Formats: sequence, C-alpha cells, structure tokens
Amino acid sequence: MYVYDEHDRQMMAERVAQFRDQTTRALAGELAEDEFLPLRLQNGLYVQRLAPMLRICVPYGMLRSVQLRRLARITRDYDKGYAHFTTRQNVQLNWPAVEDVPDILAELAEVEMHANQTSGNCIRNTTTDQFAAVQSDELVDPRPYCEIIRQWSTFHPEFAFLPRKFKVAVNASEKTDRAAIRVHDIGLQIVRNEAGEIGFRVHVGGGLGRTPMVAPVIREFLPELDLLTYLEAVLRVYNRYGRRDNKFKARIKILVKALTPEGFAEKVEAEWAHIKDSPSRLTPEAIERVQGYFTEPAYAALNSRADLLAQQRFENREFDQWVKHNVDTHKKTGYAIVSLTMKKTGTPPGDVTDRQLEQIADLADEFSFGEVRVTHQQNVVLADVRQDRLLELWQQIVPMGFGTANLNTLTDIICCPGGDFCALANAKSIPVAESIQRRFDNLDFLYDLGEIDLNISGCMNACGHHHVGTIGVLGVDKKGQEFYQVSLGGSSQHDASIGKILGPSFARDEMPEVISKIVDVYVTKRTEEESFLDTYRRVGIGPFKERVYA
Amino acid sequence: MPDIIFQDGSVRQNGWVVVPRSEAGDALDIPDNKSALIPAEVWLEGRQHFAGRDDIGVWFDSHDEPEILADYVHELPLIAVNFPKFSDGRGYSIGRLLRERFGYKNELRAIGDVLLDQLQFMKRCGFDTYELRPDKDIRKAAQSLNFFSQGYQAATDTDLPLFRRRAS
Repeated sequence: MYVYDEHDRQMMAERVAQFRDQTTRALAGELAEDEFLPLRLQNGLYVQRLAPMLRICVPYGMLRSVQLRRLARITRDYDKGYAHFTTRQNVQLNWPAVEDVPDILAELAEVEMHANQTSGNCIRNTTTDQFAAVQSDELVDPRPYCEIIRQWSTFHPEFAFLPRKFKVAVNASEKTDRAAIRVHDIGLQIVRNEAGEIGFRVHVGGGLGRTPMVAPVIREFLPELDLLTYLEAVLRVYNRYGRRDNKFKARIKILVKALTPEGFAEKVEAEWAHIKDSPSRLTPEAIERVQGYFTEPAYAALNSRADLLAQQRFENREFDQWVKHNVDTHKKTGYAIVSLTMKKTGTPPGDVTDRQLEQIADLADEFSFGEVRVTHQQNVVLADVRQDRLLELWQQIVPMGFGTANLNTLTDIICCPGGDFCALANAKSIPVAESIQRRFDNLDFLYDLGEIDLNISGCMNACGHHHVGTIGVLGVDKKGQEFYQVSLGGSSQHDASIGKILGPSFARDEMPEVISKIVDVYVTKRTEEESFLDTYRRVGIGPFKERVYA
Repeated sequence: MPDIIFQDGSVRQNGWVVVPRSEAGDALDIPDNKSALIPAEVWLEGRQHFAGRDDIGVWFDSHDEPEILADYVHELPLIAVNFPKFSDGRGYSIGRLLRERFGYKNELRAIGDVLLDQLQFMKRCGFDTYELRPDKDIRKAAQSLNFFSQGYQAATDTDLPLFRRRAS
C-alpha cells in the first residue's frame, strides 16, 4: 500500500493548516457562507439535515489497521461512535461539529488520511476493484495508476472549480468490472495492445444522477505513459466547455452527448496534441516507483487445502454457505478473498460502530497482513486470508455481525443514507432496505434467487446507484409524501446498462410486497441457467409490469 | 481603484482601468489619460492602431477564447482575465493557455471575483498580479499566495511535476 514520503506529508500538513485558517475566518464572519462552501466541501464537510457530515477519503478503498483504529477513535471522540462506508469506497461521519473538523483532519493526517476533494466540483477519489491484485484474471494491479491519478488530481490548480463533480474509476479485470467504470465521468479499462504494451481504453461521459448514461469509448488504446497528459486534456476541454448555466446539465456526460462522443474525442485529441510530450508525461521510473508500494505481501508457500476446506464445509452447513457466497478464489494457492458483509438486518447498510472498526482492524492484523479494502457495495474485504484459517475467521466474525452470508444476493443492498441523514434526499432509504431484508430472511430462498443487486437511492443524485441495480429503488417526493419508483435491468458490469422504470411509484409499506412479486416473476419465467438479469433481458419488462400492477 | 497584489504579496497602486464591453452599436469609451484594458476582440479589430502601445492591454471574460490572440500576445503589455464568480474555474485554463501555449511573457492579471483562497491556484496557473475584491483583507494575500510550499503537478509555475522531482 502507498506510504507518504516527505512531500506528501508536507502538503497534507499544509492542507490541514489551510483549512484551519479557513474555518477560523468562516466562523469569524470573514468568509461569506457561499465563499466557505466550496472550501469546506473540498475538505469533505457537508452541512446535512441534522448535523454536518464529514466524508473521509479512502483512496481506492485501501485501509491499514492503524487507520481503522484511528477512525474508531475519531468516531468516539468527535462523533456518536459509528461511521458509514459509502458507495464510493469512502467513510462518512454523521455528527461532527464544524469547529472540530480541523482537529479531525489533523488526526487523520497523522495516519496518512485526509478528506481532500471528497465533495465539491473537483476531481474526487479515484476508485477501483476491491479484488485488485488478488484475482487471477487481471492484467496488472490497477492501484498504482489510481495512486498516480490521486497525486495528479490533488490540489490541481486548474481543475479545482469545475462545472461539476468529477469521478474516475479504473478496472483491470477482463471478465468483471467491480469498479463500475462505465458509469463514471472517466472510466479507465486497463488493456494490452497487440504489441503487448499496457495502456487504457478510455471511456468518458458515464454517470448516474438525473440523466443516467453509460460512458462511450473515446479512445481505444492510450499508452500508460500518456495517462496524465490525456486526463489533463479531457479535464481542460470539460473545464472550458462544460455547461455552467445549469447545475443539472453540468456533468461531462452532457457535454459528451452534445458534442457526440466522436466530436468530444476530436477536441480532446486536439488539446492533447499540444501537451502529450510535456514534462507531465509519465516516465517508466515514475510508474515503477509507485508500483513498488504495491508489492505482494509475504505470502507463505502453501499447498491447496481444498481437502480440509471440503471437510469443514461438509461438517458445517452455515460455514459452507458462507464460503460459497462470501469467499472468492485467490490467485495464490492456499489463500482466499473474504468479504465481510456490513449488511446485517436492522443495521443501516454500511454502518459500523467504533468497536466494529477496531474488530475489523484486529481481523486485518490477524488474518490479512494488516490491510482491508472498502467496496462500493459498502462491504469490507480481507484480501489475503489463508484457506486453512477460514473456519477460524468465520467463527470470529459471525458474532461481530460481519458473517451474514448474503454477498451479492437480494439483501446485500446498496443504500445511501437517505432522508434519515441527507439534506438532499426526497425520501428515506434505510427503512426500505430494512423492510426488504426482513421480508427475505430465508437464506436458502436468497441463494436460489442468485445474484441480484438491489440498489436504493433516496433521491435523483443516485448515491445508492439505483440506475445500475438489477432492481433499483428511487425515493421520490409526491406532494410532500415519500414514494418509491422501481426500475429493473440495470448493470454496472462490462455489459453496463441503465435500468428501466417499471411504472408508477409505491408507498413505503408496499415495497417488500412489490419486490416479492418481481422476484416471483423471475422464479416463474427463468430457465435453469438464467440469472435475474438474463431472464429480464430475455422476457423484457412486460411480465413484471403485469404482475406488479395486476 | 483598488490596489493590485503582486506575486510576492507586495501591494501597489493600480494604474489600469478595465473598459467594459459596449452595448451593441456604441463606441468603446477608452480614456485618454489612463492605461486601459479593453475587450480582447476590440483590440484585435483595431490591432494596427493599438499594437505597440504600452498603455493599452486587453481583458478576457471566462467564456472567451484566448486562441483569438494566439499570435499576438507578445504585442500586449498586460492581459487580464475576469473571474465573474470565484467558483467559475475557466479562467485558470485561460491563464495556462496564454502562458504555456502562446508564450505570453508580460503581466497577467486576475480581475473580478478574486478572493484570498484562490490566489495560489491563480499563481500556479500563470497569473502574476491580482485585483483582490475590495472587501477582502489585502494584508493576508502574501500568506494565501504561499500556503502550499509545493504541488504535485506541473503547471505554469513549474514544469517539473513531483514525480520528476522525486526521481532527481
């Protein structure tokens, strides 16, 4: 994992001092509300429905145990003893006091953390696959490129006041896309060209929100050394020509659509031609330096313990189910990838207490080289667990609440904080998630349904990624009442698609029944091999409509 | 006229008047006795007349295209870029283009909604003088211009991004 050098440390310390000065001036009335707004947003501080909210950056989802323990302490000392994993691999505090934020940032800086650019109209945290470097089908580790982008985008003097927020995601797996790159402003797919060189297929102009779009390809192959100059060209075109007259039309996807992907690509290429050989062009040494921080942990040379595991699974059915659903294959023989689910019924998806943060830190130290990854599905991954210790790990996490064996099932719900916390929300989302989790409490039935992404957003801003849920739920406001619109058929994978709206919206208490009917249609219509998405794509939305609105 | 801040934080008297764009059909009101910044396209139209004068400069608005003066920037003593609202970031790109692409060497000034907390970004993008909004404390400018001792990226102020400095 990346470790700061004196340059990183110095800039982060200066940033904390700067925000302390800005906060002091804001509280003294020297900065008007609208002048302080973008400054505090770019330091992660929102003002929410009930209290301020601080979004802490977790660069591409990586956390060390020492950082988890510091987060736990911060939630105790400055908040109400819990935190929230977000849908962009970050962590949020729900109740900090504005005047405490500089102190919180100083505490974070001590463990090489920050809240830079986690909000506001700037380049946000670059996200990636939570299984980076431990899965067998990726070309190279995507995280060094994420770190290179983090450094380039941090305090970029030209791009601190873009028309709107800007999100970049990187994926290196050929088969899967856990980073949902095609619904990002820039999605980078790591590819190899015919000459065997590493580069990127560049997608620009995806996004959710009010106008969901799947990003088109604007360059099939970008050599890796050209990464930063090309990003700079894309951002410059966006900064100059993105709309600033209407907040709802200000994302880059609107510009790409207006110019057409070809027209946009031409503009970028023209800009890039001027800067591609500038000193911002990466060097092999610069990439190698960062790659040097992401070396393999000290894996033991193990034999496969498939026999032992099979025996343990045979003897314990619950363990068996957990292994089947929450454990993935590791590229290294004898190791496994474990997803700790933060989706226990009755707890808002992604919420963890201070004690749980410390437990996760302890688990990381004990089982996974002291590191964890936060996923955009609001779970936490232990990426390097010995196969022969899975049973021991499972026995520890079940009482902690991380062992619900529902990964990627209907109740592994992605859910934004919604109207319980967020000032933007039209409706609550957490109680909807809970009522659905209560309705579908039979794990065997969930397993039979297979992979279904149920994503819930409390408003059009789509923090819960409802557009790309197999089943999406969107909170809407109808004459002051909270209603929920359902969409079907979304995907954030390589075959990304935006869900289609089923029809008129529903009251909150109808939602479990609606989901139940939708699931019934799938069960009736599916062939043996089909997932929900397959069936939906084959039969279309019609049968679902008929059943739900019958 | 409000004073002008220089890159080193020093403050000097402003000798330049910004002449706004005129209404359609009206002639531009250029003062005789003062140095004037006129809209860039007006200067371009009257280039034969204005070129070489050290008391006539130009200003760009944030939506203007600095490309129109690409070949002529060296004929200008001063170029100003207007930030109509501090949160409008287009001026940063204009600054970098004028400096890095068109090779403009003389004074580049930020005007409009210029506040303390954006000064260092402006400095990094090639602006060397700043007309701070009059209600802001000009004594704090020097600190704001130098809050960060370095940056990660190359920009107008340095063509060495941190990854190249680390390597040396």
